[in-house]
Amino acid sequence: MLIASILLGALAVILAWPVPVLLAGARWQSRSPAVALVLWQSIALAGGLSMIGALLTFGLAPFGDDLVGSVAALVTAAGGTGGVPGELQFWHLLALAGAVLLGGHLLLNLVITVLRSEAQRRRHAQLVSLLSSPMEHSPGARILDTPAPVAYCLPGPFRSITVLSAGLVSLLDAGELEAVIEHERGHLSQRHDIVLILFRAWHASLPWFPIAYGAQLQVARLVEMLADDRARRVVDDATLARAIALTGTAVPAVAESAVRQVGGPEPGTLLEVTERIRRLERLPNPLPRAANGAIIAAAVALIAVPTALLVAPALA
Amino acid sequence: MATLGELERAVMDLLWAREESQSAYQLQEQLTGRELAATTVLTVLSRLEAKGFVERERSSRPHRYRAVASREDHMATLMHDVLGGATDRTAVLERFVGSVTPEDAEALRRLLGPR
Repeated sequence: MLIASILLGALAVILAWPVPVLLAGARWQSRSPAVALVLWQSIALAGGLSMIGALLTFGLAPFGDDLVGSVAALVTAAGGTGGVPGELQFWHLLALAGAVLLGGHLLLNLVITVLRSEAQRRRHAQLVSLLSSPMEHSPGARILDTPAPVAYCLPGPFRSITVLSAGLVSLLDAGELEAVIEHERGHLSQRHDIVLILFRAWHASLPWFPIAYGAQLQVARLVEMLADDRARRVVDDATLARAIALTGTAVPAVAESAVRQVGGPEPGTLLEVTERIRRLERLPNPLPRAANGAIIAAAVALIAVPTALLVAPALA
Repeated sequence: MATLGELERAVMDLLWAREESQSAYQLQEQLTGRELAATTVLTVLSRLEAKGFVERERSSRPHRYRAVASREDHMATLMHDVLGGATDRTAVLERFVGSVTPEDAEALRRLLGPR
């Protein structure tokens, strides 16, 4: 199992650093954002799996060749001696403790992030329900009575809402409004909130790890492109680009008067907005089908390889 | 047919419209054209109280109700969620366009060109 451990460790290192850095710089992402999004998820999952797996297989090495069998052997040995089995040396114990701590840490952060977001979402939805009125001819959309031109969607487990402000409605023409609504519908129907929350939890677990934050930003960017592509099905590219630019130019003026204690804008926001507009101006061709297929296959392999290394008994 | 959410909004609008606290009966009278049972108004009020939007004066009989915070205060909280810079707060919603600085807006305006 030592070989499996070394291979998993190597995979963990590759997935933690060079692979995300390379992918973050890859231009093709804006050509096939959906495929890129799958790949990011696979990298994150496979990275965590191989990191925990490397520690686990190393710690369990004295107990046999496969994971299930060695866990059983460890339990039997621990039960027999009533303490730490003699086969386990200091380094094995350290690795096992590391695996348990890391796994627990990642899971706990996921649970905390989900619970906290859900509490905030519910409170926000309550406020929206009191301060907005339903939008005519647009089920699921509500108009917020404020001059700030904002639009967003609030995904919920049962009912999701799209919120537009009165300021936005007066700023945009009918086509541009349709673009905004369809963009938000894209977020909701493709459940982007779930992908975003996973990456937010990952970053929350590893706040000192710049790659995790970078991945979160990349995923947020891809999700916007996907929602834009959804909007492009109902409006032309120029209308959507205008809606993005108009909203972007109008936000800061009112943001300061509407909100006194706002923190600074999020880093990279302008980059994201201009990138979206540029993408609409010169829309790149989607990747060829074969390339998309190859990337999806790579994403599947990334999950399959560490799983196989963990359960395959013959690798010792 | 008004939903519970729409009723809550109507009741809050009435409470926001006046400084002083009001009884359920007073509120029921103002909700004209809806023909609501008094119990419905009380249900709506207790839901709003549970959510922390309304407080009840228990010293008076019948109980009187008032809004905990003004409409403007709630709107400010909401806009803070929407426009606020802290990623954690804006995490629950997906904005069409995030907050941009005035300089960013100028750059966007150039990008936009004449409309």
